[in-house]
Amino acid sequence: MKSRQSGNQMLPTDQLTEYFQNKFGDDFLEVTEFRGITTIHVKGGQILKVMRTLKTDPRFAFNFLSDITAIDHLTKGGNARFSVVYHLLNQHEVRRVVVHAWVEEENCALDSVYSLWKTADWQEREVYDLFGIVFNQHPNLRRIMNPDDFQYFPLRKDYPLHGRGERGKFPVVPRHVGSKWSAEKSFE
Amino acid sequence: MTLEAKELNTERLLLNFGPSHPATHGTLRIIMELDGERITGATPEIGFLHSGFEKIGEHLDYNQFVTITDRMNYVSPMCNNVAFTLAAEKLLDIEVPKRAAYIRVLMCELSRIADHLLCLGMQAVDIGAFTVFLYGFRMREKIYDLFEMACGSRLTTSYTRAGGLMRDLPDEFVERAGTLLGEIPGALHEIDGLLSHNRIWVDRTHDVGVISFDQAISYGLSGPVARASGVDYDIRTREPYSSYQDFDFDVIIGKSGDVYDRYMVRLYEMWESLKICRQVLEKLPGGPVNIDADSRFVLPPRDEIFDSIEGLIYHFEVTMENRGLVPPVGEAYVPTESPNGELGYFIVSDGNREPYRVRTRTPSLINYSVFPEIMPGAPISDAVAVLSSLNIIAGELDR
Repeated sequence: MKSRQSGNQMLPTDQLTEYFQNKFGDDFLEVTEFRGITTIHVKGGQILKVMRTLKTDPRFAFNFLSDITAIDHLTKGGNARFSVVYHLLNQHEVRRVVVHAWVEEENCALDSVYSLWKTADWQEREVYDLFGIVFNQHPNLRRIMNPDDFQYFPLRKDYPLHGRGERGKFPVVPRHVGSKWSAEKSFE
Repeated sequence: MTLEAKELNTERLLLNFGPSHPATHGTLRIIMELDGERITGATPEIGFLHSGFEKIGEHLDYNQFVTITDRMNYVSPMCNNVAFTLAAEKLLDIEVPKRAAYIRVLMCELSRIADHLLCLGMQAVDIGAFTVFLYGFRMREKIYDLFEMACGSRLTTSYTRAGGLMRDLPDEFVERAGTLLGEIPGALHEIDGLLSHNRIWVDRTHDVGVISFDQAISYGLSGPVARASGVDYDIRTREPYSSYQDFDFDVIIGKSGDVYDRYMVRLYEMWESLKICRQVLEKLPGGPVNIDADSRFVLPPRDEIFDSIEGLIYHFEVTMENRGLVPPVGEAYVPTESPNGELGYFIVSDGNREPYRVRTRTPSLINYSVFPEIMPGAPISDAVAVLSSLNIIAGELDR
């Protein structure tokens, strides 16, 4: 196969806005564009429908879910406290789109997209682990990076960089009891 | 004495594989459920190396975080440096000079060769062939010597900066690189000769750990793992970044998606990388490797800082705490083709010196998630072969 390339063109922003406005009404927020990346903002409640539309509608046909992550907008400000970010890729026409699903702090839950892409399994677990956002209908929503008994959600902006003293409470097994190497000092 | 026939207790055996096991190459743990020799269930437990890199990223500026990216995929750190810097440059709206872009491509492709050599060598060690590893490592050492020449360090390279590179290539680099590119084919032929038609190798890898095309798409697989399953997608040709469109090379696609195809895709990708490296050395343009210092994004040359007031001001503008590289509010993501697959940094800026959020889309995490799907039904010895063919790097997996 010879080197191929394609212009990374995207549907015009105004057409996208109109389409989503008609289809999802109040659940659709806006379409923004920055440095050539188109971002669709929706409310978290309808995310499964939005993603199914983007996957199955032949005008979009985003067949590949590249990434799921989240942003805590505590100090930055935005439509709500959290946004779950989906990076979609259409491998045939080579275009990408980013979807932000906004969820409030009080009821931070939204539907899992595991039924559309199985890669959502681990990635949604990671978002749950680090941000505490719950995914309904997820087959196995457990922590993935942190220990199961960990109490906090470390990528939230109100969690400090140095933690909340977990390291000091970590059980230390002393080696060479009584020698100069024994772990008598606890780490803070 | 009478013999009585007693019924034997049969039950599934739970086997704990890792986190410290010679075949896991890092801290991976798999809880395997066995029925005799057959695997009936495999549950990977990850996070042993979770270091909070994404949290640290919210407290470092755009050039400081490059040092953290080295530690993610420690087998090909140059690719991580380039991926992060490209995203930062997209956010800052910087276009680097052609020479810098070409050098980045050269470094990425040398990293790819080094990464694939390590991967194939480790795969062979895991399956029981030690020699391939030594042949691979000899060349990998020489590639690391080149990195050392270019940036002063072998593993923690931190070679890129927003706006260019840490420094230009030394004078004798192009010649040394040219010599090395002449030596690598020998090593590839040796690996090819040792493995490709080796009866034991073929028996251990053929039709083992098959990932179908649909599974590859559904699980978000990318890179050699996806291409071995027939997914015709290479970001270098489809979404060219850093001047990849200037080079002519082929994308290697497998068919059956088994361990053997993944091996073949990696082996032939190294030949393509060699092609790209030669083209870079041929076409390497002259000129600076950084954008102009008066853009206030890059440090001016050393003698300008000491000899001219403008140089000193630009230096000050970049390094002082209340100044520096400040992008507008926004988000940027640049997908790149790292040796393992799609690697990209999703950076959110709130208009400060430090990013608001740095997300790493790592191929290791996403490629590994297919493991519990493909393992059931396979004999336990295949687990090692499949694991090494996915090339999971623990630093990148857990971040």
